[in-house]
Formats: sequence, structure tokens, C-alpha cells
Amino acid sequence: MKSKTADRIATGVFIAIAIIIISILVGLFSYILINGFKYISWDFLTTPSSNIRAGGGIRDQLFNSFYILLITMIIAIPLGIGGGIYMAEYAKPGKVTDIIRSCVEVLSSLPSIVIGMFGLLVFVNTTGWGYTILGGALALTVFNLPVIVRVSEDAILAVPRELKEASLALGITRWHTIKTVILPSAFPSILTGIILAAGRVFGEAAALLFTAGLSTPRLDYANWNPFSPQSPLNIFRPAETLAVHIWSVNTQGLIPDVEEVSNGSAAVLVISVLLFNLLARWIGSLITKKITATK
Amino acid sequence: MSNITLTRQVFDINNLNLWYGDHHALKDINFPINKKEVTAIIGPSGCGKSTFIKTLNLMINMVPNVKMTGEINFNGQNILSDKLDLVELRKNVGMVFQKGNPFPQSIYDNVAYGPRIHGMKRKVHLDEVVTKSLMDVALWDEVKDRLHTPALGLSGGQQQRLCIARALATKPDVLLMDEPTSALDPISTLKIEELILELKEKYTIVIVTHNMQQASRVSDKTAFFLMGELIELDSTSTIFSNPADERTEGYITGRFG
Repeated sequence: MKSKTADRIATGVFIAIAIIIISILVGLFSYILINGFKYISWDFLTTPSSNIRAGGGIRDQLFNSFYILLITMIIAIPLGIGGGIYMAEYAKPGKVTDIIRSCVEVLSSLPSIVIGMFGLLVFVNTTGWGYTILGGALALTVFNLPVIVRVSEDAILAVPRELKEASLALGITRWHTIKTVILPSAFPSILTGIILAAGRVFGEAAALLFTAGLSTPRLDYANWNPFSPQSPLNIFRPAETLAVHIWSVNTQGLIPDVEEVSNGSAAVLVISVLLFNLLARWIGSLITKKITATK
Repeated sequence: MSNITLTRQVFDINNLNLWYGDHHALKDINFPINKKEVTAIIGPSGCGKSTFIKTLNLMINMVPNVKMTGEINFNGQNILSDKLDLVELRKNVGMVFQKGNPFPQSIYDNVAYGPRIHGMKRKVHLDEVVTKSLMDVALWDEVKDRLHTPALGLSGGQQQRLCIARALATKPDVLLMDEPTSALDPISTLKIEELILELKEKYTIVIVTHNMQQASRVSDKTAFFLMGELIELDSTSTIFSNPADERTEGYITGRFG
């Protein structure tokens, strides 16, 4: 009787916790979307922002967010997965490996503003680039690398030993085994980690304030020459992202429609992260199906 | 001189000793393995039989802190010497594990995996190898219409036969089987045993088994291991009817183990 009561209480407590989590999420989403959705219009998404007048859009900020995400991922994914492979397959258990693992963990828990200051020092001043997309992407890489390394390592270690043995016993070398058996099996978990990391990149402001900057030059979207200062593809230009834009209009905005712009931007940010998530998962499942031959 | 037999030794193991750290797991093993024979290895848990079979394709090297001395001659070459080409050895000495471990890929890709990575590119050749290997393990008729469906959709027994096909696809001389039926139901076990009897026409087979009936049904030679020592190696009929060592007799009559 007593254990039955305890069981019922436990069930109730866990259901209550689940409800709390769901209601926080739903509340947050509906708050952002209800407040912001009405300001989203084609015009809002396709006009450049204005520093003084009302009616500015977020075209460049939106593009910058995705572009910085792309550049960051191009740098961070190979390094992160490579680090994960090293930790899981090549590093011999021992002091050195433990030290590397601690470093990775400490790196992932550094406050992003500290990484921003570090980025200012190294990627902005030391290199002499000034505020650039590349500097921002490198700072974000520092910030996301540990997550991807850790997730890849765990995903690779979770691949059944039997699969690895089967491949090695066929006379397949270690690298080929990693490439053709281990990575495909670990792919879904690695992808989840990358999506989480990407979400963090998308919403990050503090690390970008001092690296990618608070401004965007006048961009010409017809100019695809990545070396031209007006080209959106130039990685050596300053770039204010959506998250940074929300922060800057709220703290130092001179425009009269601060609330509209920041609420609208917040809604766009949330929707973008959501769409990005869904898209990445969909592509991921297509790839998984292709590898595993499931329909 | 008239007595030159066609059976030749594939493996000739001399004074093999193996340590896991300080633990002396194999002690002075001398063990010839003849071509196109089935050699069964029996013994209680922890006697070193799995360790022994894993030395034959050096899968034992995956275990940290393993040290070996002695000689394992495979077709006249000592595989414990430094000059060994591990890829070549494992192509020639295939292995099947306790539990079927197909890759999470299609049936076709599983069998084609080895040949593909070893450099076979043309689809006609791959098709031929896949068909032949699957026929060799009597799985062809069951899967020929769904070669491109996931291998994990097969039953346990089919998965194990697929793994045998995968090992055969690299055209080995020797097939090592480490308790290949321990996770299977009796009917699947029977199929694998029938398969072993057919495969011995073309391959040399070494099988570790817990099941003494299995050893007596499928093997030509039986070896009895105890505490890391090879106690007795003889023809299967002799081992089961008239063993020389009383410990062998004790084990097969069920007095211990």
C-alpha cells in the first residue's frame, strides 16, 4: 500500500515537471510569436535596417546570421568531428587524454562574453582584420568546438564494438573502418549535436559584439565577388547578426520603432532556428535512410 | 613415400604463449591445423579457446596489453613477425562472431563491403561475388528479391549466415568461427551446422564451441583446452570415444566445466 502511494506520488511529480517544462516553452514561444509576428512582413525582411528613421527592416542582419552560421560550421564541423574521432579512436587512455578532455570541457563552459573579449584580442586586433565575419566565425568556433567534439566522441563510442570488429576482421584498415562503418552509424547522434551547436551560434550575441561588430556596410546582393567590400559574401567585412541587432536596438537604438523592430526580429530569429532545426533533421533522416537502406 | 597426402597444414602453431598483462592466458600451445578440415575447439569458460582463435587473425591485438611469444605459421609465414601485412592476413582468414553483426546497411552492401574496399569496382564483378557468397551460405533464395533492403531486417539466423557470406566474399582460405550459434535457436543452429559441413569442401574451418554435440557433429578434429593449455588434440571420434587424457574425458562426460 505504501509503495503504491509513493509510486502514485512519483508519477504525479514527474507529470507536473513535464507540464512545467512544456508550459515554459509554449509560453515563451507564444509570447515571442504573438508580440512579434504582426511586425513580420515581406518588407521587414527585405529592407535594410535604419539607424534613425522608423520602418527599417532586417534584411542584412538575417543574411549575416545565416552566413556566419555557415562559415562557423565550415570551420567547426571538420575540426569537431576530427577531434571526436581522435578522442574516441586514437587517443590512448591516460593522463594526456584526460587533460585534453578537461580542456574541452572547460572551453565549453567559458562565458561567451569572455570568448568575445578573446576574439577581440586575437581575431580583431592581433590579426589586424578589424571586425569581420571570419573573426566572428572563429570566435563562435572556439565556443562550439567543444560541444561538437564531445558529441562526436560519445556518438562514436556508442557504435557497437561488434561492428568495428566485423570490419577489421575483413582486413579493412582502421581509417576505412572509421569512414565506412563507424561514422555512418554515429551520424544521427553527431547530427543532433551539430544542430544544437548551430542553434547556439544562431542565437549568440555576446561573442559577436566584439568580433563581427555592430554594423554592416551597404551591401549589394547582385555583387557575388567575395573580395569586393560591398559583396555580402565577403568574409572580411563587419556583420551585425540578428541576435546582435536585437541587443543593439534595445540598448542604443535611436529609431522610434525600437519595439516593433526588436519584437519582429525576435520572432524571425525563433522561427529561423525552428526552420533550421526541422530542415537539418529532414536532410539528416534522408541521409540516414540512404546509408541504411531503410525506406 | 607413397603416403603423400593432399591435406597440408594451413596453420602451424609452435610454442605459442600469450599474456594479458600478467595473466598467462595461453601456455605453450603447439597446434597444427589442416587444410579443408573442420577443427573444433572445446573447453570450459575462460580456458583460452576464444583467445586462441583470435590469435589466428590477430584480432587479439585489439585487446590492450597483450604479449605473445612463439610462432604462428600461416601458409609458411610467421604472422607474429614484424613483416606481416595485416590486411592480407585478414582477407585470407575470415572470422564469424558470436552474434550476427551485420552493418546497418543493405544486404547487398554488407556482402559487397569487403571486396569493394579491397578494390573491386565493377558492378558485374560485385554482383557475381554477392550472388555466389549468398548461395554458398544458402541465403540466396531467401533474400534475392530484397537485396537492397536493410540487413537488420533479417532474422538472427539469417543475419549470422549473412555475416558468413560477408566473410566469404573476400575469398578467404580459412574461416574462424567463435561460437557462431550461441545466440541462435535450434533450427537456425542446425542450418549453420549443415552449412559448415558444406563449406569444408572449400574452406578450412576452425570453430570454438560450448556445445559438445556440435563439435562431434561438425568437426574432423577436436581440441580440448583447459586453463590456457592445449590438453588434447585428436580426431573427433577419438576425443569423444577414447580420449587419452582423463581431464578430457571428465569434461566431455560432464564431470566438470
